[in-house]
Amino acid sequence: MIAPAKPDLVTVNIDGQEIAVPKGTNVIEAARLVNVDVPHYCYHPKLSVVGNCRMCLIEMGMPAVDPATKAPIMDPATGKQKINWIPRPQIGCGTNVSPGLHVKTTSPMVKDAREGVMEFLLINHPLDCPICDQAGECKLQEQATGYGRGYSRFVEQKNVKPKRTQLGPRVTLDDERCILCSRCIRFSKEIAQDDVLGFVDRGSYSTLTCYPGKKLENNYSLNTVDICPVGALTSTDFRFKMRVWFLKQTNAIDTESSVGANTLVWSREGTIYRITPRRNDEVNDTWLADSARVLYKAVKAADRLAATETIEVLVARAAALFKSTPGAIAVVGSARSTVEEQFFTRHLATALKASAQLVSRVGQGDKLLISADRNPNVRGALVTGLIKTLPAQQLTDLAAQIDAGKIKVVVAINEDLAAAGLTAAQLAKVSIVYLGAHANATSAAAKVVFPTLTVFEKSGTYVNQQFRIQKTLKAVPAAAGATDDLVVLAQLVAAAGGAALPAELGLLWKVIAAEVPALATMTFANLPETGLVLDATPYAALPFVEGETLHYKPAQPAVAAATA
Amino acid sequence: MNLKPETLSKIDEVITHYPTKRSATLPLLHLIQEDVGHLPPDTSEWVAAKLELQPINVLEVITFYPMFRQKPIGRRHIKVCRTLSCALLGGYKTCAAFEKEFHTHLGEVSPDGEVTVDFVECLASCGTAPVVMIDDELHEKVDCAKAKQLSDQIKAEAKKR
Repeated sequence: MIAPAKPDLVTVNIDGQEIAVPKGTNVIEAARLVNVDVPHYCYHPKLSVVGNCRMCLIEMGMPAVDPATKAPIMDPATGKQKINWIPRPQIGCGTNVSPGLHVKTTSPMVKDAREGVMEFLLINHPLDCPICDQAGECKLQEQATGYGRGYSRFVEQKNVKPKRTQLGPRVTLDDERCILCSRCIRFSKEIAQDDVLGFVDRGSYSTLTCYPGKKLENNYSLNTVDICPVGALTSTDFRFKMRVWFLKQTNAIDTESSVGANTLVWSREGTIYRITPRRNDEVNDTWLADSARVLYKAVKAADRLAATETIEVLVARAAALFKSTPGAIAVVGSARSTVEEQFFTRHLATALKASAQLVSRVGQGDKLLISADRNPNVRGALVTGLIKTLPAQQLTDLAAQIDAGKIKVVVAINEDLAAAGLTAAQLAKVSIVYLGAHANATSAAAKVVFPTLTVFEKSGTYVNQQFRIQKTLKAVPAAAGATDDLVVLAQLVAAAGGAALPAELGLLWKVIAAEVPALATMTFANLPETGLVLDATPYAALPFVEGETLHYKPAQPAVAAATA
Repeated sequence: MNLKPETLSKIDEVITHYPTKRSATLPLLHLIQEDVGHLPPDTSEWVAAKLELQPINVLEVITFYPMFRQKPIGRRHIKVCRTLSCALLGGYKTCAAFEKEFHTHLGEVSPDGEVTVDFVECLASCGTAPVVMIDDELHEKVDCAKAKQLSDQIKAEAKKR
């Protein structure tokens, strides 16, 4: 492997602190590295720089040199090279570092400039904060407190603009609150590739709007709400539901496809209120699909399964089934289960001397954050050794074996067998042990049903398309009558005569590390927040279905390489 | 969009004047307004398709410039200056005189369809205030009497048609 070339470093001085930063870094990012906050609204690290909010004004200077000889001019008072300060403030976002650049972010001129910008921004901003959803996570609020003058001199009438425009099915716009930073416009154009937002009537009445007759309805529209520094763009789903400071944030993973976008789950007292993206520059940057944000609704769905009997009774019943038909048992695991559950599934299959199979889900990739493989953890099953080849979309082999009478008991984990191609007659022919959170045709036909948890109620890990193992944490307590998948699986393994496995993650990972070579050095606790990339070379020959998405390029198919 | 063939050929020609198609937005809008008299609602989409833009990009431009009209106007456009010199020497009275003559209000099409009266900012003839522009023609020192005379002239021409 070729080591990446070291980026050219440039030494700059920010508020007296010297730091070496890569060439091309702007002043806001350089200052961030020395823990200096340069307030800003329009600048966003993942969008183009426009410099229209003027909040990030800084004072900058360059070391003085003699124009003729280029010799440094020294300051006799300090003995250091003199700095020629530019007498006017500059924008930090649009200023890239250059060698020897000096920056002041706390000088009187900068303070004055910030107060001036804040005053103009607040002129037409309504005093909505008590009823505004953004309150508590509002940049305008924070920076008015941090950098504003503290009182208003404005005695005129504020502008009146539309208060509740539906920009699309999921986004509501309050134009009065908009500070015209244009982040949403740039996001729609540059990231979502759906250029429908713009400013009309530019001037004192500049109004953010969607082109008449069009809607902001792409699957990434809610990112505009995330990046809106004020309460102008709000999520129609989350609007007026809950104060953000009451909510607990839990790191999680988007399970709708193999991209594995990093998310934050916001919950209070066991209820999830919203899901937002969590920055991971290697996976999803700061973005998240809209479809990933409604997944939490599965937690309180009407079709959640709840146990009517204790787990011991259910396990005993499953054990009786296992004993009655040795050698005629099939295990259908899931590529939607966590790595830990798949590890248990493998143990269960081994203990039952059954072959395990998974069900593949393939859709259209959107080239951004939803890949063609709609299972979040196919690679986890490969790494844990649950499967050796990629799963098929239909369980045709299993169906044939059921028809031939070779399989009498099917253990289905989180997979609806009917959706995977088994007919009602085939389901009726076998005894089914079902583990899952929601009711479906399989749970209805099952002899034993273990109600288990949704992803938001349990911790675990997933391996995404980059072979990056990432962890998701439990956001809310388990629903009444549902048991952790790991607890159920551990008891089933024991009932099947397998080894005793701990269902607690810390202990379990010691077992996993010992048994799975690829994960030998890992523990659940020390897995970094941004995940850990595993060695993908053993699986290079497998025909994965993913196309290109953000930060992921599929390896060249072997066939194409051979013909070239 | 129902544009005259010569407008269409002018549009195709003007696009070639610029290194990027986007730059031709303003000239195209001017040409369409000259042809149609105003910019009808489907202008944004038509221009966007022509210049490989999105309609919102064109709408932003149209709404920025007050001289782009999104509604039809009368046969003639009477533009009365209201900037300082004209305002001091009776521009407002002149405007009121025009409104009265044609029984209309600012920005509206007169009932006979002949004119639209509008206030505009400085027409750069402060020495001869108050000034009025009727279509492309500048009229100087337009007091109420001269406003009446100009109105009569327009009405007379209208009768001839």
